[in-house]
Amino acid sequence: MTSRAASCPNCGAPLVYRWSSSVQTVCEYCHSIVVRTDVDVKKVGQVADLPDDASPIQLSTEGRYGDKGFVVAGRIIYQYEQGGWNEWRIVLDGGADGWLSDAQNAFAVSFLTSGLKIPTQAQAALGRRFVWNDTPFTVVSRTLAHYAGVEGELPFEYWDKTDVTFVDLRSAGADFATIDYSDEAPALYIGKAVDFDTLRLRNVRTFEGW
Amino acid sequence: MAEAHGRRPVSVRSVNCPNCGAATAVRTFGHAVNVVCQSCGSILDAANPGVTILQRFTEAVREEPLIPLGTRGKLLDIECEVVGFQVRQIVVDGVAYRWREYLLFNPYREFRYLTEYAGHWNVVSTISALPDGGPTPDESTRSYGEREYRHFQTADATTTFVLGEFPWQVRVGDTTTGSDYVAPPFMLSAEVDADKEVTWSLGRYVRGDEIWSSLSLSGAPPDPIGVFANQPSPFGDAPRAMWRTASRLAALAALLWIVHLASARGTQAFAQAYTFEPNAAAETSLVTPVFELDGRPTAVEIETTTSLDNQWMFVGYALVNDETGQAFEVGRDVSYYRGYEDGESWTEGSPSDTVELPSVPRGRYFLRIETEGERTAVPVRYRVRVVRDVSSSLRFLVALVLIAIPPILASWRAAMFEGRRWQESDHG
Repeated sequence: MTSRAASCPNCGAPLVYRWSSSVQTVCEYCHSIVVRTDVDVKKVGQVADLPDDASPIQLSTEGRYGDKGFVVAGRIIYQYEQGGWNEWRIVLDGGADGWLSDAQNAFAVSFLTSGLKIPTQAQAALGRRFVWNDTPFTVVSRTLAHYAGVEGELPFEYWDKTDVTFVDLRSAGADFATIDYSDEAPALYIGKAVDFDTLRLRNVRTFEGW
Repeated sequence: MAEAHGRRPVSVRSVNCPNCGAATAVRTFGHAVNVVCQSCGSILDAANPGVTILQRFTEAVREEPLIPLGTRGKLLDIECEVVGFQVRQIVVDGVAYRWREYLLFNPYREFRYLTEYAGHWNVVSTISALPDGGPTPDESTRSYGEREYRHFQTADATTTFVLGEFPWQVRVGDTTTGSDYVAPPFMLSAEVDADKEVTWSLGRYVRGDEIWSSLSLSGAPPDPIGVFANQPSPFGDAPRAMWRTASRLAALAALLWIVHLASARGTQAFAQAYTFEPNAAAETSLVTPVFELDGRPTAVEIETTTSLDNQWMFVGYALVNDETGQAFEVGRDVSYYRGYEDGESWTEGSPSDTVELPSVPRGRYFLRIETEGERTAVPVRYRVRVVRDVSSSLRFLVALVLIAIPPILASWRAAMFEGRRWQESDHG
């Protein structure tokens, strides 16, 4: 793992990129969103205080997915009309990037795919079926959501608060997929729904009274 | 950084209602999206630091949850706290059916629901794998895990009352379409929110007294009324087990029957022809010579073959042990009539008769035969034959019927219970 040191262009506090694939991080002192242009860093925005949230996961939480360990490096908080959810960026043993999504403690791990045919927003209607890697998926939700906050290190540079569509799909075998329509070219993430016990999380948050 | 903000426990906070000023504790930490003011019932926006009123409480009647908010305990092995409560209703044929849902919270687990309708309880969790079947909920049977679930009901459910807090938006008047599929004690449910979301969940029926002891509640749960969609049958597998036992007993009886049929020798012990002349004496009586009945105590058959034609006679037999005087008595009416009427010939009765005496011990016996008839009748020739160790099927047939009665009754009662279950469904 390559740790690189830099300073926050806003407040001068030290910044550490722990993960080589990180492009963006949030200064933990002044909450500036800082993008790496490899040696120099520049401030592209600032997050307000993070929404009050009660995910048991936090930056540096460790866990397991399949036969690999992972560590939580960053997160994006999304909000939509019904509530919100977290997408935790995880870095697996060997350096691969993945996402651990946490919607009111319903967990799923997914990975960005490439080369698969992705339906348009209009095609991905509720109940429609699509087959990827021989697994049939059914659209179970369509959500209009926006960024409500970012934290830690992220593998891309993105900070836009307009509403974009997310389409979630599931299979009969607990496979999970998400299509993110925030970019012009939609992104397809595929993985598995997982439960708290199988993630074997360490360094989780504690809650008063629990 | 994580180390900086993650070490201290996430603390409990409370919100103050802008409507009435009362403070309400927030039990689900940052999960709370809506909190209902426990004093005035206004639905508050918990995520907003200033707290705004999203919906004022207007219902005339305030519903009291049977389980108080804040109650903690283990339900189906997972520790949880009751944090929210809502009443929902469906309207079927103009009748409103209301049930209550308690939201269960654990900071590390998915939210679950505890539902109650007419004293019937279910612990409900969302599921992450889709049941087999069509892409949208319909009336077809679904399979999930090892079980097949039959469609029970599809209806629009409307929220009529809320209390406590929820990690998603709730309002009185919210409506979703729910479809239930049952495989007792489980129930699969799909909730469709317009064109936005389909959520599948799995409920497990739990008896009220189990809930009360799990959550250490005082008093007693309400008595369940009627049969609920996924209530396990109180007969359970009993009818099946009874049929298994009955079929074993029937097989045993059939085996004994076959052994009996194969081993019955059916030897003739005595045979003699007589003539009865009713015109001479309406009642006569005679005694046969002594004959031997050997072997173990087995059935004896007395066969009467007559020349009766449009006539009747009565034959009374007493099989008397010559040594002990023990007598087996039996009386037979033998009649045979025939004729031709309305272009069809008919007969009634039979000129011959067979009667069986079960378990006659070995020994020397004679028959005392009494005959009776009408004086006007013509003479009757008849032949009496005594057969030792005949095969006797009656007791086996009786045994088979007796064996079948308990499982038939059990199956019938179980079917009545299923009838009451499905009567409440869309298919009743």
